Amino acid sequence: MSTPVIEIHNLGYHYPDGTVALADVDLHIHQGERVALLGPNGAGKTTLILHMNGIHQPQTGTVAVSGYPVTDDNLVDIRRRVGIVFQDPDDQLFMPTVREDVAFGPANLGIAGAELDERVNAALSAVEVSDLADRPPNHLSFGQKRRVAIAGVMAMQPEILVLDEPTSNLDPASRKDLTGILDSLDVTQLLVTHDLLYALEICERSLIIDGGRIVADGATREILGDPQLLAEHRLGLPVGLRIEDLDTS
Amino acid sequence: MSGGHVHALYRHGHSPLHRVAPQVKIVTAFGLVSAIALTPRTSVWAFAVYAAIVAGLVVVARLPVAFVARRAIVLIPFLLVALLLPIVGSGDRVEVFGLSLSEQGLWDMWNVFVKAGLGFLVAVVLAATTEIADLLRGLDALHMPRIVTSIIGFAVRYIDIVGADFGRMRIALASRGYQGRSLATWGIYARTVGSVFVRTYERGERVYLAMLSRVYTGSMPASGVVAVPAVQWVAAALLVGFAAVVMITSRGLS
Repeated sequence: MSTPVIEIHNLGYHYPDGTVALADVDLHIHQGERVALLGPNGAGKTTLILHMNGIHQPQTGTVAVSGYPVTDDNLVDIRRRVGIVFQDPDDQLFMPTVREDVAFGPANLGIAGAELDERVNAALSAVEVSDLADRPPNHLSFGQKRRVAIAGVMAMQPEILVLDEPTSNLDPASRKDLTGILDSLDVTQLLVTHDLLYALEICERSLIIDGGRIVADGATREILGDPQLLAEHRLGLPVGLRIEDLDTS
Repeated sequence: MSGGHVHALYRHGHSPLHRVAPQVKIVTAFGLVSAIALTPRTSVWAFAVYAAIVAGLVVVARLPVAFVARRAIVLIPFLLVALLLPIVGSGDRVEVFGLSLSEQGLWDMWNVFVKAGLGFLVAVVLAATTEIADLLRGLDALHMPRIVTSIIGFAVRYIDIVGADFGRMRIALASRGYQGRSLATWGIYARTVGSVFVRTYERGERVYLAMLSRVYTGSMPASGVVAVPAVQWVAAALLVGFAAVVMITSRGLS
C-alpha cells in the first residue's frame, strides 16, 4: 500500500495540568479517503488535528504526513500538506479582502505574481465564491465565510483537507451547498464532527474518539448502525431515526 | 457599540477622488492637515482659503452634505470642551451678548473650531473615498512598517466582531431582566466588558493558530502595490504646495 497521508502511531498528549487529552492513538489515512472523526465534546478531536500540522508536537509516539515526521525542521512543508479549516471562520479570515485572505497561505509559501493569482482564482472558483473576491470578510454571510475559509486552505493545494465541525451554525441550504462543494473537491478529507448524518453523506469511513482514544474505526454505515456503540460515546442519530431508513447509495 | 460603524466611513462612488491612488490621497491629506495646523490662528483669510480647498474636495468627491454632517458628530465632544475656553480663559475680557468672555479664550476656541473642523473634513474626504483595504495598501506603498499596517488591519477586521460580542452579551443581560439604569448596577457592565476582553484574547490565540496553520512565519505577505500615474502626484504636489504657500505667507504676516 502507498505511504499514508496521515500516519499516527501511539500518540499521547496531556495538558500541563495533567489532564490526558490523547492516549495511544493509532491512525492511518490513505490518499483519496474521506474519513469522519466523530466524538463528543471534549473527546480530543481538535487536539488530535492540531497534531497533524505540528501546532502540537507529540509528547509520546509519532505523527507523519506523507512519510515526513512532524518536527520543527519541516513544519512549513507539513503545513502546506495538511490544510486545516477551523470551526469559526472569523478566526481564519483576517485579511482585509477575500482575495488577500485566500492568497495568505500560498504567499507564505513564496508563491507570487501570476501563479499566485491563478491559485487564488482556482480556489475561489472551486468553492463557488469567485464573485466575492474583493469583498471584506466581515460583509459575508456565515456560509460564505466558511466557503472562503475552505478556499484559503485549498489555495495551498494540501494533500489532506481537515475540516473542524464544518456544518456548525449552517442553515440547511448552506449545509447542502457545502456537501456539494466538499464532494467536488479532489482531495483526501478528514471531517471532524458530531453531525453523524453529515458524516454519513460524505465519508465512507468513520472513527470515534472518546477520552483521547480511538474507540471505533470502520465503515460509516456500520458504526452509525450500532446504537449501543454510539450511546456509549455520547453520540446518536436523531431520535427515531435508524440507519436502515437512510439511503446513502 | 453595534457593528458597521467602521465601514460607514466609506461611501461607495466613482468620483475622480475615488479613483486616485490611496498613497497619493494619504500624502495629500497629511500635507493639508499639516498646513492647517501650522497656520497662526489670527490669519482668518488663510483658513478661508483652506475651507475653499476642502469644500472643493467635498464637491469633487460628490459627498452629500448630510453624509459629511453625520460624520461630524464625532467632533462634538471637542467642540463642547472648546466652548468652555472663553469662559475659563484669562487675560483681557470682552463683552459678548452681555457675557464677560476672555479674549484669549475666544481665540483659543476659534483655533480649536477651525483647525479641528477643517482637519476633520480632510479626513472625512480621505475615508469616504478610500476603502480600508486600499488605505492599508497605500500605507504599505508609503513604506509604513508592515507590522503597523497589520495591526491596523486586524483592528479593523475584528472591531465589529468584538462589538457584536458585546452587543450579544447586552441582549443576554436584558433578556434576563437586567436594566442597568442606576450607577450601582454598572459593575455588571464592567464585568461584561471584562469578559469581552478575555474572549477577544482567546480569539486572538485562535486567529494566531489559524495563521500558523497557513505557514505564517512572522511577516505578512506584501499587498499588491499599484503603480500611480505621474499626473496624480503632480496634482497632489500642486494642491499641497499651494496650501504650504498659504501657510508660510500667513506665518510671515502674523
